[in-house]
Formats: sequence, structure tokens, C-alpha cells
Amino acid sequence: MNEEKETVIRTPPRRGHMGRMDVAEKPKSMKRAIVSLLRYSKRYWPAFIAVLLLAIGASVLAILGPNLIKEITNSILDGVRSPLGIDVEKTVKLCVTLVVMYSLSMIFGYIQGFIMATVTQRISRSLRSDISRKIDRMPLRYFDTTSYGDTLSRATNDVDLIEITMNRSVGQLIGAVTQFFGSIIMMFYTNYILAFAVIGTTLVGFFLMSVIIKRSQKYFLRQQQELGALNGRIEEVFSAHNIVKAYGAEEKEKKAFDKLNLRLRASAWKAQFLSGLMMPFMGFIGDLAFVVVTVIGGAMAFSGKITFGVVIAFISYVHLFTNPLTQLANTISSLQSASAASERVFEFLANEELPSEADKTAFLPTAKGDVRFENVRFGYTPEKEIMHGFTAHALPGQKVAIVGPTGAGKTTIVNLLMRFYEPDSGKIYVDGVDISTLTRKNVRDLFGMVLQDTWLFNGTIRENIAYGKADADEATVVAAAKAVGLHHYITTLPKGYDTVLDGNVSLSVGQKQLMTIARAIVENAPLLILDEATSSVDTRTELLIQRAMDALTEDRTSFVIAHRLSTIKNADLILVIQDGNIVEQGTHEELLEKSGSYAELYRSQFN
Amino acid sequence: MGRLLKELSRKEWAMFFAGLVIVALQVWAELELIERMQDITLLVTGASGTTAEILVAGLKMLLLAALGVVCAVGVGFFGAQIGTGLSYRLRDKLFAKVQSFSMEEINHFSTASLITRSTNDISQVQTLITMGMMVALRAPVMAVWAITKVATKNWQWTLATGVAVLALFALLSTVFLFAVPRFKKIQKLTDDINERMRESLTGLRVVRAYNAEEFQEEKFERANVALAKNNLVAHRIMAAMAPVMTGIMSGLSLSIYWIGIYLINAVSTAEKVMLYSEMIIFSSYAIQIVMSFMMLSFAFIMGPRAFVAAKRIAEVLGTTPKILEGGREEGLDGVKGEVIFEDVSFRYPDAENPVLEHISFRAERGETVAFIGSTGSGKSTVVNLIPRFFDVTEGAVYVDGVNVKDYKNQALVKKIGYISQRAVLFSGDVKGNVVYGSEGQADEREKVRRALDIASASFVYDKDGQESAFVAREGANFSGGQKQRLSIARALYKEPEILIFDDSFSALDYKTDKELRAALKRELKGTTVLIVAQRIGTIMDADKIVVLDEGKVVAIGKHRELLTTSKVYREIASSQLSEEELSDE
Repeated sequence: MNEEKETVIRTPPRRGHMGRMDVAEKPKSMKRAIVSLLRYSKRYWPAFIAVLLLAIGASVLAILGPNLIKEITNSILDGVRSPLGIDVEKTVKLCVTLVVMYSLSMIFGYIQGFIMATVTQRISRSLRSDISRKIDRMPLRYFDTTSYGDTLSRATNDVDLIEITMNRSVGQLIGAVTQFFGSIIMMFYTNYILAFAVIGTTLVGFFLMSVIIKRSQKYFLRQQQELGALNGRIEEVFSAHNIVKAYGAEEKEKKAFDKLNLRLRASAWKAQFLSGLMMPFMGFIGDLAFVVVTVIGGAMAFSGKITFGVVIAFISYVHLFTNPLTQLANTISSLQSASAASERVFEFLANEELPSEADKTAFLPTAKGDVRFENVRFGYTPEKEIMHGFTAHALPGQKVAIVGPTGAGKTTIVNLLMRFYEPDSGKIYVDGVDISTLTRKNVRDLFGMVLQDTWLFNGTIRENIAYGKADADEATVVAAAKAVGLHHYITTLPKGYDTVLDGNVSLSVGQKQLMTIARAIVENAPLLILDEATSSVDTRTELLIQRAMDALTEDRTSFVIAHRLSTIKNADLILVIQDGNIVEQGTHEELLEKSGSYAELYRSQFN
Repeated sequence: MGRLLKELSRKEWAMFFAGLVIVALQVWAELELIERMQDITLLVTGASGTTAEILVAGLKMLLLAALGVVCAVGVGFFGAQIGTGLSYRLRDKLFAKVQSFSMEEINHFSTASLITRSTNDISQVQTLITMGMMVALRAPVMAVWAITKVATKNWQWTLATGVAVLALFALLSTVFLFAVPRFKKIQKLTDDINERMRESLTGLRVVRAYNAEEFQEEKFERANVALAKNNLVAHRIMAAMAPVMTGIMSGLSLSIYWIGIYLINAVSTAEKVMLYSEMIIFSSYAIQIVMSFMMLSFAFIMGPRAFVAAKRIAEVLGTTPKILEGGREEGLDGVKGEVIFEDVSFRYPDAENPVLEHISFRAERGETVAFIGSTGSGKSTVVNLIPRFFDVTEGAVYVDGVNVKDYKNQALVKKIGYISQRAVLFSGDVKGNVVYGSEGQADEREKVRRALDIASASFVYDKDGQESAFVAREGANFSGGQKQRLSIARALYKEPEILIFDDSFSALDYKTDKELRAALKRELKGTTVLIVAQRIGTIMDADKIVVLDEGKVVAIGKHRELLTTSKVYREIASSQLSEEELSDE
């Protein structure tokens, strides 16, 4: 196997793109996005103000700098012409002033960058924390209807985008704006005719530029789409390599690929080419403005209307005026994608949360295990009710089997029992107490749960087994591991119970199942929800799992999503689910007698 | 990288050298431009010129500027042509290469890695070339040219420039030493964040059931803090970049003037004017030199990433697939649908233990042969040897009396309909997926319908567009069972001699499983069927059941015989069937 880490596949796809020429994703309202971000970072406002002042300070120094340089050159020039030579003392004084200014500008710039880096990290960190905490306060319904990728992408890509833009662009933006207006003021202050000439020339230049930008954006968008299509195809075909081979479709795929590849080439080179034109054209506009200033200014100076100093000053204003324009153009597009990202993040944080349970006083420390559904109505969407007044009663210690074809909605009962979802009407009682009067935490403490898609997390074996019961002692954990027959295997691992379960330790599907059963044993809850495995494990492990599950359900009221005939036959109550609805209930014999859905299901599966 | 440069066509090399010439011209124009600018400045400041003179100088300057732009356009054109042209060709070759790979090479690189190599890595190489043409080529030419122009001038100024370049190197190496390692870590730490959150999301029900929200949040927070800490240091260091760089540039021009004061004062009046204009020009050149070195340093920082990408691409292109096709178009005369394994052993390259050892069995035309065994028994590997996803290490596999190695690939796969465990659908429409690999037959529509019917895939007719119904990427708009039935229809459409179900029934519910097997039995009388399965129910009525354990055949027979003769089989059966059913049979 290849050892290089492949991170690309695992990271959800980026939606926005950064960079000079990339097509920015447009936010719905940039203003609102920025306002919500500002409101979120209220505690950093003093820092923002400091950044603002420092950036303005640095820009003002940048505007003043060239003037001082000109004074130095003038002073030197005077010295060149005069027989006395250069006035060293005066010139050096100017140089020292300039050193101070440059140093200040450098220090301002650094402090500003430092503050911004710090604030940005704090904000992005707290955004990520808030998203993580928000997840726990939101109803499961949201995550059952939204892909994980979507939430993940908000927590990583979108926060990243905000982080990068704030870090890079905010200081730049303030600086550029200050420099832009500063130089306009200085120009008009110095000479309005030349000011108009410079601004006019630049405007004409930028108008021409915008034509290029428009065009290249079109090609960039197309390039992006075609690259997406091509990469998607590569991923699809490479992942299905055995099918491509088995159906001899290599040539067909190659031809389809060629078409996409050719199309990409056509748009890619245009996009690359046009975006490469930006810089030289910008430079040319600067040069053009320079010539306009020197020619007009020179003419005016010769006719005595202005002094030559004015022309010299304008030469530097030309640069000060055109540079920020380029920067602004760059910043705007990244600001746009960051706004779109911040919109998505705050949209997520504004999602409806689970109702508060602060006022709940009822508490059920443990339960005998009497569970009653009374007239429960439920639907995942209001339009489609799937449970129409379900009533059932399980006595303490009884086993309830939930059966039905794949995809029939057997987990709905689990969802309601665990209060992952709330019934639309009707009540569920545990030991006579309506569970909706208990806190969710309390209800979940009463139930142990083992699901089929075994979920182990990146942590030690001990943490995984003692999950949710961090205070469980060593003996309990080991006893649970022994009960499921994993103890021996665990002790063969180099770090025993402290082995971290990550990519390096490969547990088999069966061992994972056993771990989750051990977890339920440690939890030792009075009620139990079990999902019998249908996935492939070898025979010996399957026996172990069965035995462990049987031991676990003993003397506990248990709800089992059942696939095994023996479980179903021995159940005290069978609930038959079809299309989400409970269509029949009763014991095995009763239901067979009915020769309804259950009888048909039984015959097709086990005969 | 060298390996990839060989992929450049003669035309592209010509463009590269043309680009080099143009770059030289561009540099000349830019340096001339600086001198003309100084001329103009001198004309204006010296107050000795006339408007006409300034106009002429201005026009000259504009012409040079225009020439510079034209050159830049030219270089950009060639850069984009070469960059996108090369990436086009690399993509093309890489795709063709991967298509020629057997599963052995695919596993060696891993699918994920091959995808990255064909997408990201190629983009990186393209960027390197396009940017390289514009930056990396220009910088050294500019640096060398500008240095030679000013080399004869005063050593004091040269020294100042040298100090500035050194300061720049110091800055960049500090950043490189302290910030770059942290930037490298960002990806890993972001992955951690992603993983933690994905973990919490996929385990949402378990987390809530165990009231472990806080535990998960704490873990996330640890990853979050690690990322924030790392980024904080990295960005704080980076914050120094721009101000210090500006400082170096401004400092350099200031020091040239400062030094100039003493130099000018030291010479005779006549030489003063000369020296003054030299100073002005030198300061402009010095900035160009430092800028060029800066660009070069960036290229050195960015370059390695692209070189790694290039190496990874070259690695794939340099791999020769081990499985080569033979020349036979047909099997032996009169033999159809026959599969024979003769003492077959198989071991993955570099693996210590063989997956299969001395496997022998035969499947006659029209027979159903099933393979069962626990995970890791090698049952899937057996059937993967037939379409040559892998080649046997020892022994031989015969299809229709001919060793599979002697067939042309197309001839071999034509005989086989293979259905994988994980159903694979391609984006497009249902029909395209069913006729996959056998496009363009005359009675297509009819045959598609028939294949769908046998595969119990009639749900297609309830969809918009029926057989033309849209299929999303990875068949995301179909359920697992539906996807599997469609991929079975794909195999049936080929009307192959041999059907291979590589554990394809596990995704189906029992009822569909049963219906499907009944339909296959009814409709495909002359077809040999090989089934790898986990459920006893799926294979109970097979003509022959091959029981595998740890890579060896432990028993071959029918269900009822095996129940008495094979311990392994009985173990598997008893875990799935109730006591009565075992004895009922």
C-alpha cells in the first residue's frame, strides 16, 4: 500500500475558491454577512479599532514617504549644482527622519498583522467550537435530512475561508482604502488639473481591464466546471476499476474522458492566458499615467504655471493611486467568498435548537422496565404520518422483537424511545412515567443501545468500552471485555486497554460489534435497545455475539431489531413494521395464525 | 520532473525557447523603461528640457512599455499553451495507464492515491509551468541583466544591494524554518478536526444515547485548540513578511541615497552630475535585482511541492501492468460456459501467506456453483481470478478449455458477467448503465427491458423517464438494493456464458434475493452461475457448493451432503438456520 497520506478525498470539497482570478461565490447579502460576523466578534472590537488605526497610520506613512525621498534627492541635486557640495547635515537629517518613518511603518504593519492573526485565530476557533456545540443542541431531524458533508464543510472550509480572508485581506483593504483616498486628497490638494489627468487615465485603463476580467471570469468559471466534471469522472471510473475491466469498457471510458479532457484544455488555456494578462496591463496603466503626468506637468512647469516639485510629487502619487486599485480588485473577490462562507456558518448557528429542559423536575433514577406506548402518532414529515395511534405494552423483563423488510423503518421505534424524535401525539411511559416529562439525558440513561453500524471512536479501547461512563473502574471494563470474549485479544495488543483505535489497529467487523456490546454491559442500563447484526462475520464471532447479546437481554426489558429466527420466536411481543407503520403485533404463534404480513415475511425469509 | 519534461512536444519546446527569447526582450524593455523614466525625471527636474523633448521621451517610454506588455502577452500565451498542453497530455496518458492496470497495480497505489495523482498533482504541475514561465524564467534573466548593468558602478552601492539580498534571504529562511513546518501541519490538523466532527456526526445517535456529548466536545476542542495554536504561531510569523520586505526595499533605496551623499561630495563638480544620475538609475536597478531574488526564492519554496507532484505522476506512468493479454479470440470448439480451477494458489505481492492454496474444482455449462466460508476464507478471491483482476501465483484457471492468460482481454470478459459486492453505478442514465461495455446493439431497448425484468428491477418503470431515468453520481438516487439489481441487469444484458455474483446478494433483502434467484433459474438455463455468498439461504439449492476455510477447499458437495460431511459447513449453517430447519431438510 502506498504510504503517502491522501487527504484530498477525505476533506469535503471546497465551495469557494481563493486567489486572484477565481470566480467568487456571491453572498446573498454581503452587508448582512459582514454585520453578523462583526456582531459575533464584539469582544474584539477594540482590537479591530487598533488594527484600523495602525493600518491607517502605516498608509499615511507610505503616502508621506515618497515626499521625503524627493526632498532628499532635491537636496542632493541642489548640492550637485552648487559649488558648496551637498548639505550633508540637512540631508542626513532627512535620511534619519525617513528611517524613523520606515521603521514606524514597519512596526505598525507588523503589530497590525500580529493583532489580526491573533484575533482571526480566536474567532475561527470559537466559530468551530460553537458549531461543534451547536450540533449537540440540534434535533437529530436536521442531521437525518442534511448530509454530514454539509455540516463538516461549514465547520472546516467555510471557517477556513473566513479565517484566511480576515487574516490576509482586512489589513490590506484598510491600507488600500486609506492609500487610495489619501492619494486622491493629496493630488487635488497639489494640483487639480494633474489630478484629473491621472484619475482620467487610470479610469480609462481600468475600464479596459474590466473587459478582460469579465472575459477571463467567464473562462475561469468554465474551466472550473470542466475541471470539476473531469475530476468527477476520474474519481468515478477509478473507483469502479473492476467493473470497467470486467465489462471491457476501457476504450469507451477513454473516449469519454478524451472529450472532457479536450474541452478542459480549450477553456483552461484561455483562462490561464487571460488571467496572466492582468499584471502587465496594470503595469502599463501605471506607465501611461506616468507619461501623462510628466508631459502635461512638464508643459505646465515650463510655462511656469507650476513648480517642478509638483511634477515630482505627482510621479509618486501615480503609484500610490494605482497600486491600491489593484489590491482592492483582488480583495473584493475574496471578501465576497468569505461573506458567502460566513453566511453559511451563521445560518447553521441560527438553526432551531432542541427545546430547553431546564423546567423539568421529574426524575427516574432507575426503572423496573414497564414500557407502554399509548396512542402514539408520528411522522418524519407533517404530511406523511407513518404511525397512526400505536399502542403496545411490554412488561418488565420482556423481549420485544421488531421485524420487517429492509428499509421498512424499524428504527422509528428506537428514535421515539430514545427521544431522538418526539411523537406528534400520544405518550410513551416507562414505569408509568411519561418520558416527555423527563429530561432527555435521564431517558437515555435508562436505555442501553447497541446499533448495527458499530460506531467506535478514535480513542483508547478503555475509553470506547467505558463510553458515557467515564468513572467506570478497571474491573468493570475488564469484566465487560471478558463477557464478550475480547479480553484475551485486547491483552495481545501492545498497549492492551490503552491501545488507541485509529487507522493502525484494524478490528474486524465482529470485534467491533463485540466492543459495542461490552459498552452496553458497562453502562448497565435497566432497558435495552439492540440491533442484531446482518453483516458478515465469521461463524465463531457470530456465536460469540449472539451469546453476548442473549446474556445482555436477560432480565431486562429489551427492544430488538431482529433478524434471527430464534430471537423472533422467543420474543414476548413481535412488532411487524411495513412502510414505517406498525402493521401487526403479537407473539409468533398468534401472528402466524393471522397469516398476514408476518406470516408472509416469515415464509419468504426462513423457508 | 525530467520524466515529465520528455512529454513536451517539439512544438512546445519551440514555444519554450521562443518564450525564453521573448522574456529576454521583455527584460530589456523593462530595464530600458527604467532608464527612460529617469531621463524624463531628469528632464523635468533639471528644467533643461522642453515640452517637446519630454513628449518624445514619453512616447519612447510608452513604446517600451507597450513592447513590455506585448512580450508579457507572448510569454503568457506560450506559458498557458505549454502548461495546459502538458497537463492535457499527462492527464491523457495517466488515464490510459490506469485503465491498463490490473487490480494489483490499483491496490499498490490505492484508488484514492491514483485519483489525487490524476487531479491535484497534475494541476500543481500545470501551475508550476505556467507560473514558472512568467516568474521563474524572468527573474534570473532580470537579475543577471540588471547586475551586469550596474556591476561597474561603485562598490559601496553594490555592497548595500548585497546586504539587502542577504537580509531578504535571512527573512525568507526564518519564515521557511519556523512557519513552513507549521503550514505543513495545517492540513493534518484540519484533517483531525474533520475526523473528530465526522465521528461525532456519524455517531450522533450513540453519542446521545450515552449522554457523551461533552466527552465528544472536549475531544473536538482539543483538536480545535491544537489547530488554532499552530495557526497562530504560523500567521504571527507570516505577519512579519510584508512589512519587513517593504522595509528592506525602502531601506535599500534610502541607503543608496545616503551613501550617495558622501560619494557625490567626494568627487569633483564635473563628475557630480554624472554620479547623481548613476545613483538614481542604480536605485531602480537595485530594486529590480532584489525583487528578482525574491521571486526566485518563492519559486524555490513553491517548487518542491510541484516536484513531488511530478514525481508521483512519473511513478504511475513508469509502472508497467503485470497482467498482459494473450491472443486468443475464442475458447475450444464446442466448449461453452465451463470454468476449471487446476491446483490454483494465489498470494498478494509481498504478502507473507497465500490467500488461496491448491484450489481445484470445475463448473460445467448451466451449473450453479456456490462458494461459502467465513470472512478471510478467500471465497471472493477465487472468482476474481476468472476475469483476471489478479493472476494466479501457481496453477491455472481455464475458461472454455483455454487458460485465461491466453485470451485477449475483450474476448475473455465477453464471456463473463461480473457483479461486484458493492454495487457500482455510473452517473448518466439507467440504460447507459445496463448496456455498459456492450453499447450499440440493434435491439437495445428490448434487451434492456428483458435484463431489467429478470433482475427484478421493475422499479425503474416508476421513475421519470423509465429506462432513461437519471442516475446520480455513485447512483446516490437509488437505494442499496436497487443499485444491486441494476448492476445485475448490467451483467444479464451481456448474455454472458458465465455469471459471477461476487457476494452481490447480501445487499438484498431475503424476499428479493429469493425472487431474483428464482428468475435467474427460470430464464438462464444454459448459463453457468458462480455465487459467492454469506447466507446459506442464497446457496442452499446450488448444484455444487465449495466450502472454503483459510484459503483451502475443505469440502465440495450439495447442501444436504455437506450438512453431514463438513464440519465447517455445518457450523455456518447452524449459526443461520434454526434447529428445525436444519433437520427439516
